[in-house]
Amino acid sequence: MSGPSSYQPNSRFEKWLEARLPIISMVHAQAVDFPSPKNLNYFWTFGGILTVMLVVQIITGVVLVMHYTPNAAMAFDSVEHIMRDVNYGWLLRYMHSNGASMFFIAVYIHIFRGMYYGSYKEPREVLWILGVIIFLLMMATAFMGYVLPWGQMSFWGATVITNLFSAFPVVGEAIVTWLWGGFSVDNPTLNRFFALHYLLPFMIAGVVFLHIWALHVAGNNNPTGISVKSKQDTVSFHPYYTMKDAFALVCFFIFFGWFLFWAPNYLGHPDNYIPANPMVTPAHIVPEWYFLPFYAILRAIPSKLGGVLAMFGAIAVLFLLPWLDTSKVRSATFRPLYKQFFWVFGFVCVMLGWLGAMPAEGIYVILSRIFTAYYFLHFLVILPVLGMIETPKPLPASISEAVLKKGGGAGRPAAAAAAPEHRG
Amino acid sequence: MTKRTIVTRLRTAIAAAVMLATGTGAALAAGEAPHVVKQSWSFAGPFGSYDPAQLQRGFKVYREVCSACHGINRVAFRNLEEPGGPLFSEAAARQIASEYTVIDGPNADGEMFERPARLSDRFPSPYPNEEAARAAQGGAYPPDLSLMAKARAVHRGFPWFVFDIFTQYQEAGPDYIYGLLTGYEEEPPEGVEVPPGMYYNTHFIAGKMLAMPNPLSDDQVEYNDGAPQTVDQYSRDVAAFLMWTAEPKLDERKQIGFKAMIFMVIFAGALYFTKRRLWDGVAH
Repeated sequence: MSGPSSYQPNSRFEKWLEARLPIISMVHAQAVDFPSPKNLNYFWTFGGILTVMLVVQIITGVVLVMHYTPNAAMAFDSVEHIMRDVNYGWLLRYMHSNGASMFFIAVYIHIFRGMYYGSYKEPREVLWILGVIIFLLMMATAFMGYVLPWGQMSFWGATVITNLFSAFPVVGEAIVTWLWGGFSVDNPTLNRFFALHYLLPFMIAGVVFLHIWALHVAGNNNPTGISVKSKQDTVSFHPYYTMKDAFALVCFFIFFGWFLFWAPNYLGHPDNYIPANPMVTPAHIVPEWYFLPFYAILRAIPSKLGGVLAMFGAIAVLFLLPWLDTSKVRSATFRPLYKQFFWVFGFVCVMLGWLGAMPAEGIYVILSRIFTAYYFLHFLVILPVLGMIETPKPLPASISEAVLKKGGGAGRPAAAAAAPEHRG
Repeated sequence: MTKRTIVTRLRTAIAAAVMLATGTGAALAAGEAPHVVKQSWSFAGPFGSYDPAQLQRGFKVYREVCSACHGINRVAFRNLEEPGGPLFSEAAARQIASEYTVIDGPNADGEMFERPARLSDRFPSPYPNEEAARAAQGGAYPPDLSLMAKARAVHRGFPWFVFDIFTQYQEAGPDYIYGLLTGYEEEPPEGVEVPPGMYYNTHFIAGKMLAMPNPLSDDQVEYNDGAPQTVDQYSRDVAAFLMWTAEPKLDERKQIGFKAMIFMVIFAGALYFTKRRLWDGVAH
């Protein structure tokens, strides 16, 4: 997608470097010239937001580690030391803990945007799969990070989730002992989770690099879902999308700041301000909000192994999405039936999230089962069938045509007339 | 009816309607949580800050009543004079510290020894360890109160937890502490048997009885700033004090937050108009 760079080395040093390591022209081609469809809406800004959030998490995390002690007897105290005695420690720690939630809010918007506009379809299947891998790594990182403060929810959350592996026949118990480094969640568990929590973000950064690479081969999808046909359909990434992304990013930071400064404990569980105690089980063990839909799926299945398989299956099915959706049309804008099923699916995910926070009893279990069944039905039955029976709306000939048709009112005719040379 | 009771009744009515509609009444009743009534706090909201006079009164209540059984071992004496706290003078904080005894050592002879506390020390706990506390309290453990105001899961339920995002309600902890301290009932309702060593209080989060007797009574602690010497006022002040012990950087957080948010809103506005100007020439 990104053609040859328009970068021209000027100074003697630039020419010297260009002949030896053409890194400036490469970055120029990817971050400045990179032709992007000119009709991307604000849902396309979340990729950039996520990249920045990863950087925020890594920077705050590295500084937190300078003050944190990964030892079962000292971890909780060291976090309180950060909150009370370290300069701006409260800010770093609240940024990091709320930042994790913001990361997931952004990634869920990013994923659902991909689903709505069919961004996973040919030729972007590998791009999508890399995204699902990032999502998996994020979940592992967030889970292990939540264990580090060694509060009650840290400890019992770790106990519940690691115990899931005991569901596997024959080797289950051995796997759990191996994960724990002992016969219960204890100091060795904390130590290894700490090591992995520090490692995984850099693996995420690596897969993000591949994700962006794959993006720059296929190019951005866009709200019409039709491919770029000519230069008229695109604008250069810089300054058009750097500026749009910057605006969206600051708006996202305002949203982040609302929680960070004024409700920093809203998204956490109060029980995590109680030091871990293996002798006292909390009344309700709940994971962080971003895991709740998967937690609901886990508990919906009566058998333990079945629940574990369903939970992992709920993510595994995402890998197959590019082939389960049989429709050739990408964007839901031109798929009247899929559009409705998309919103139903979104509702089902929200309901699963709510049910994940409810006790596993009575009506909640029944509802969890219904919504879990629908979750899989959506991917395994509805999507394949829809592609065969649905009659899509007529597609515009090009992005420019779609823009101009819509732009009859939405564009800014005066400005467009003033600069007709830019007009698509 | 006061405004609060109207709101409370309205909520109860809506909650009942929702329960009937969804058939979840039984399930909710099973995990029935105490009802927490919102109080007015100086530290609530985006511009909230602690009232040093209230924190000083709350500290007095803690010191003369609660500290008999409960520690606040994450708080250091130096915190008493730091900004955003009770703002005792340095001399007063030193004086308070010197009235506590801490164990230090070993000295050159290898002996542990007792000495008066200094500003750098943390508040010593009333019991050397949990076992000693349990032994002295008939098996019950009076928890350390440093983080209590953030450590009790007061469930708000749907839809209140959604509204809490917008109202920035972060005071469920002090509301709960206030409710518990003012919620003791001398006579349990008929048919409820309170075993010896237990006390009836429907505001307790883990049941209707707890091992802590009603600790406060009117005129128990002497205030010298003219504040009313009532259980209600004592409870309010000590709840505010415990919010401070749990979140000592709250004032700083809200002040920095306001500046950062103002900056970001203006910055976002500037970016928006730049972006618009840039895109004006492009039909998109």
